[in-house]
Amino acid sequence: MANLETFKSEATAWLEENCPASMRKHGGGADAEFTRKKRSGDSLLWLDRCAEKGWIAPSWPTEYGGGGLSTEEHVALVGIMKKMNIPAPLGGMSLTMIGPTLLELGTEEQKKEHLPGITSGNVHWCQGYSEPNAGSDLANLQTKAEDKGDHFIINGSKIWTSGAMHADWMFCLVRTDPNVQKQKGISFVLFPMTDPGVSLSPIKLISGQSPFCQVFFDNVRAEKSNLIGKVNEGWTVGKRLLQHERSSIGGGGSSRFGISMTLNDAAKKYRGDENGKIDDPLLKLELTRQDIDTQAFALTTKRITDETMSGVTPGFATSMLKYYGSELTKDSAEMMVSIMGPQGLGRDDDRDNFSDDERGSTRAWLFTKALTIAGGCSEVQLDIISKRILELPTG
Amino acid sequence: MPLILNDDQKLLKDSAKDFFSKSMPVKQLRQIRDDEVTECYSTDSWKEIVDLGWSGITVEEEFGGLEFGYLGLGVILEEGGRTLAASPLFSTCVLGAAALSIAGNQEQKSELLPLLVQGDLILSLAIEEGAAHAPQRTRTTASKSGDSFTINGTKTFVLDASSADKMIVVTRTSGEAGSNAGLTLFLVDSNSKGVSITSHKMADSRNACTVVFDNVSVPAANVLGQVDNAADDLQDILSIGQICISADMLGSTREAFERTVEYIKMREQFDTILGTKQALQHRAAQLYTEIELAKSVVIAGLQAIDEGQRGDALAKTASLTKSKVGETFTLASSEAVQMHGGIGMTDEEEIGFFLKRARTTEHTLGDVRYHQNRYGDLLGL
Repeated sequence: MANLETFKSEATAWLEENCPASMRKHGGGADAEFTRKKRSGDSLLWLDRCAEKGWIAPSWPTEYGGGGLSTEEHVALVGIMKKMNIPAPLGGMSLTMIGPTLLELGTEEQKKEHLPGITSGNVHWCQGYSEPNAGSDLANLQTKAEDKGDHFIINGSKIWTSGAMHADWMFCLVRTDPNVQKQKGISFVLFPMTDPGVSLSPIKLISGQSPFCQVFFDNVRAEKSNLIGKVNEGWTVGKRLLQHERSSIGGGGSSRFGISMTLNDAAKKYRGDENGKIDDPLLKLELTRQDIDTQAFALTTKRITDETMSGVTPGFATSMLKYYGSELTKDSAEMMVSIMGPQGLGRDDDRDNFSDDERGSTRAWLFTKALTIAGGCSEVQLDIISKRILELPTG
Repeated sequence: MPLILNDDQKLLKDSAKDFFSKSMPVKQLRQIRDDEVTECYSTDSWKEIVDLGWSGITVEEEFGGLEFGYLGLGVILEEGGRTLAASPLFSTCVLGAAALSIAGNQEQKSELLPLLVQGDLILSLAIEEGAAHAPQRTRTTASKSGDSFTINGTKTFVLDASSADKMIVVTRTSGEAGSNAGLTLFLVDSNSKGVSITSHKMADSRNACTVVFDNVSVPAANVLGQVDNAADDLQDILSIGQICISADMLGSTREAFERTVEYIKMREQFDTILGTKQALQHRAAQLYTEIELAKSVVIAGLQAIDEGQRGDALAKTASLTKSKVGETFTLASSEAVQMHGGIGMTDEEEIGFFLKRARTTEHTLGDVRYHQNRYGDLLGL
C-alpha cells in the first residue's frame, strides 16, 4: 500500500503541474468526445500531455500507448481527478467500447494497428450496429458483406450512428451468411470512414440537435485483417462490446448537458419559500425519493465495481446497471424541467428569455429519453435479466 | 472501503447460512406459533446462538465479546432473516448491546455486557408509544424524588419484553412532548413493582408487548447516559438498530424472491410454464434490480457503523437503508404471494410468513414514511 500512496502523491503533483487551469473550471470537459483534429488551445494541450503520459487510457498496457496502471492505481487516479475537478482528457466509445473489446478479443496485429490511434487521441471511432429494421431486435441486421478473398465488400445502411460526422473509423456488425439462424451469420469488421462508398445523412432529433447520422454503404471495402473474431461469429464479439457500452450509458448525470444546478438546488430556487425551504410536501417527497434512489444506485455501481476488482465477473449485472441507471437519469431530467415550470420548456435558440441552465435542462430532458432506448432498450435489459440472471425459461 | 465482505466475514456468512437452514428453518417458527411458546422463540436455539459466540459479536473483547463488528453481525442477521429465525438477537444483541455500549458507564458495561454475551441477560428497548415511530414525542415521564426516579406511562410494541430480564426505557424527565431535549434512558428490571407486561400475539408469530409503568421506582444509578440529554445517544442506538433490522429484512426479502422465482419456473398453467410469460419476467427482473440496490444500502450501512459514522450522518445513512429495504421487502413479499397465486394464500405454504414478517419489521423503528421524511429533513429540503 505504501506504493499506492507514493503513486497518489506523484499523480497529484503531475496533475497540478500539467492540467491547464481552464480545464478545471465548469465546462472544462466539454470537448472530451473530440480527437486532436477538433481541438485547440488548452483542450488540445491537455490531450497532448495526457497522450504523452499514457493517461488517455491509464489502465491499458504501455506497449499500446496506455499508462500501464494497475486497477487500484487507475481507481485512485480517477478519484484524484474527480476531487481536483479535472475532466478526463478523452471520452467516448473509442475508450469505453472498441478499445476494451480489442484488448480482450483482438489479435496482436489488430491491437498494434488500432490501439495507438486511440491512446494518442488521433482516431475517432463510431459504432455501426442499429439499422432501420434492426433496433431492439439487433440480430435482424441486413447490411451485407460479400467475401472477396482478402477483403469484404459491404452494402447497406446503419442508423443512430453517434458522432459519425467526426469519425475516422467504424466498428460494424455485418451479415456474412443470410441462410442460417440470424445470430449465426453475423461478422464484426472494422473499416475507415474515408472509404469513397461511405455517405452520411444527419438525423435531427426532438431536442433540435443532430448528434446522430444514418450512414449508407455503397461497395465499401473492409480488409480481412480487420475482422475481429471469426467469420460468422461476430454476434459474440458484438454482445461483449455491448456489455462495455452498458456500463458507460447507465451513469451520466446532468454535467454533460452543461447544467450547473442540482435538482435540490433548482427546487429551492424555483419553488422555495422566502427562506429557501420547499413548502410543497409532495415535491419534497419526490426529491427525497429521487435522492435516495440516486444514492442507492451509486452504492450499487460501487459495489459491483468492488466485486469485479475482487475477481467476480460482472457479466449480466451490466444490464441491471444500464436499466436502472438510464431510467433514473431520465426521471431526474424530467423532474428538472417540471420544477422549472414554463422556464424549463423554452426553445434552444431563445437565449434572450431562457438561461443556460434552463436550455440545458430542456435539452437534457429530451435527450435522456434516448437513454432507455439506445444500447438495448429497458425492455430488452429486463429480458436479459430474466433469462440470463434469473434463468427464467423461454416460451 | 470496498463494499464487499472480507474472507472472515464470508466464512461467517456460510456458517450462519448452514446453522439457520439446519437448526432454525421456517418450520421451527410455525411450530413455535402452533405450540404457543411464551417467549415466541426456542430457548434451545438461542442457547446454540450464544454458544456460537454470536450474542457478543459486536461487544468489545474486554467485556467478553468477539469485537468482530457490524458487518459480521449483519451477515448473521441476514441469514437469520432468510429462515425467519426467531430469537432475541435483535432486541438484546443489537439494541440492548448498542444502548449499553453507547450510553452506559464503565460500571454498567462491565456488569451487564458479559452477562449479555453469555446469554444470561435478555434486554428490550421500550420506546414506542403509538402507531408512528416518534421518539421526540415521548410522553412517558420519569420524575426525580431523592435518589430515585418514578416512571409513569405506557410503552407499546416492545419487542421480546415477555422474556426480558431488563428493559431500556425511553422517558421524559423534562420538556414538552415533541422536543428532543429532556429525554432520559433508564435500565428497569422487568420484575420491578408497578411494571405490568401484556404479551401480544403478532401476525409474524413473534413477540411484542405493551408495558405499563405505574409509579415504578428506579434508583438514579440506573440512568443510562445523561439525565435530560439522551437524544444524541438514542439517535445513534436507533440508527444502528435501523441498519441491523434492515440486514434481517434483506435476508427475508432475498429468500421470498428466490422462492418465488423457483415457483414460477415449475408451475404450469395454460399448458406452459408460468415463468415464460413476459408479464411475470419483467416484474421479476425489476424486483431483482430493487433487491440489488437493497443489498448495496445494507452493506454500506453496516460498514458506516463499523467505520465510526455517528450523529446526523449515521441517521441519514440509516434512513436511506431502512426506507430502501422497507419498500423492497413490502414489494417482494406482496409479489411473492401474488405470483404463488392461490397456494400463496394458504397457511400450509410458507410464503405467507414472509408477507407477515415484512409488515412487522416495516414498523420496527420507523416505517418508510418516517425514514423518507427524516431523510428529506436531513437533506435540508
